[in-house]
Amino acid sequence: MRGTTEAINLVAYSWGLNNLGKGDEVLVSLMEHHSNIVPWEIVAKLKGFTLKYAKVNPDGTLDYDDIESKICSKTKIACLSHVSNVTGVINDVKRIGKVAHDNGALMLVDGAQSVPHMKVDVQDLDMDFMAFSGHKMLGPTGIGVFYGKKEVLEKMPPFMGGGEMIKEVSFSEGTGQCSISWNELPWKFEAGTPDIDGAIGLGEAVKYLEGLGMDNVLNHEKALTKYATKRMEECGKVTVYGPSNLSKKLGIIPFAVKGLSSHDVALFFDNYGIMMRSGFHCAQPLHELFKLQSSARASFYIYNTQEEIDRFMEVLKEFEQL
Amino acid sequence: MATIDDYVSRIEGTCGAESDIIVVLKYEKKDEAIANILKKATLKNKIAGIILELTYQDTSFRLYSSGKAIFRSIKNREELNKLLAALLL
Repeated sequence: MRGTTEAINLVAYSWGLNNLGKGDEVLVSLMEHHSNIVPWEIVAKLKGFTLKYAKVNPDGTLDYDDIESKICSKTKIACLSHVSNVTGVINDVKRIGKVAHDNGALMLVDGAQSVPHMKVDVQDLDMDFMAFSGHKMLGPTGIGVFYGKKEVLEKMPPFMGGGEMIKEVSFSEGTGQCSISWNELPWKFEAGTPDIDGAIGLGEAVKYLEGLGMDNVLNHEKALTKYATKRMEECGKVTVYGPSNLSKKLGIIPFAVKGLSSHDVALFFDNYGIMMRSGFHCAQPLHELFKLQSSARASFYIYNTQEEIDRFMEVLKEFEQL
Repeated sequence: MATIDDYVSRIEGTCGAESDIIVVLKYEKKDEAIANILKKATLKNKIAGIILELTYQDTSFRLYSSGKAIFRSIKNREELNKLLAALLL
């Protein structure tokens, strides 16, 4: 796969087009990245099913009562981020997956923000589909991983046609048609020449992270997040979004500075060689919920240090003087 | 004859409800470009020695010493190009 986006599109088109119709429901949440909303909206228009949106609490955590009340016999698949790319909130996907399975629905998890930062066991979580992207975990861009349960994938038709994904393409003079049979998994979903160098690069990134130990990666990020959040709350002009309970979140801190757009904030930091994302972060519904035009987002990974947060704070405190 | 492409590396629409436009000046030409802009635009405010709040005709914008500028309330690319030509050339 090229990444999480392509993997979710694969499920929406291959599984969704063939298993969903009028009267069915697909459940997503309001904290999803657009890549876990838009493919389902497109396929919903083609097939006539209803896309339902689970609510998010004002602190950015998932409203579990709401999502669980929305999973019913009509629900065919629940699609949820493991970790929000805006707030860093960790969702209990195992809990939601169990409710989905109890109602006969499948569970898709967007692991783009969890797999790079914490130990994830797809079998323990019992998810039917999961995807993540290489570029968020020290790997190359344009390569990612799609996981699916074998028994589910075997029933799904190919997403794209071409070489490698077929076992046979045989032309019959009699019918004037080709008879085609699909290749086995995983090649059925791997049409065309794969991104070989990307796969090698991602493999090395995985080895590197496993060498560090994912628990160490997680603990490092949690320590930085705790330190940065505490210090950011010292700034009167700064509003930090997300849950106050830091045990439920990873190293992403969305914030706003009074009187300045997020883009001004990002460009100000840019002058000091500090990079951050500004805007909707491809999650406009969540920003609408927070009543934000956009947000600036500080985020941490294994290469960041407490000294860098101190430097970040020095720059942030300059906003107090503006 | 110089064009805005001589000074501008890229132009990006921001992601967010603000619909701002960020103009990134070419690194090797940014000092010259900033000097040209400062000759033509009116300096309203200088913040922390980094952000220059400027106006040119009826348009307000912010120029950063890193060579990036944020323009707001620009209707379309044609209007932006005219403004950049007036400021840079």
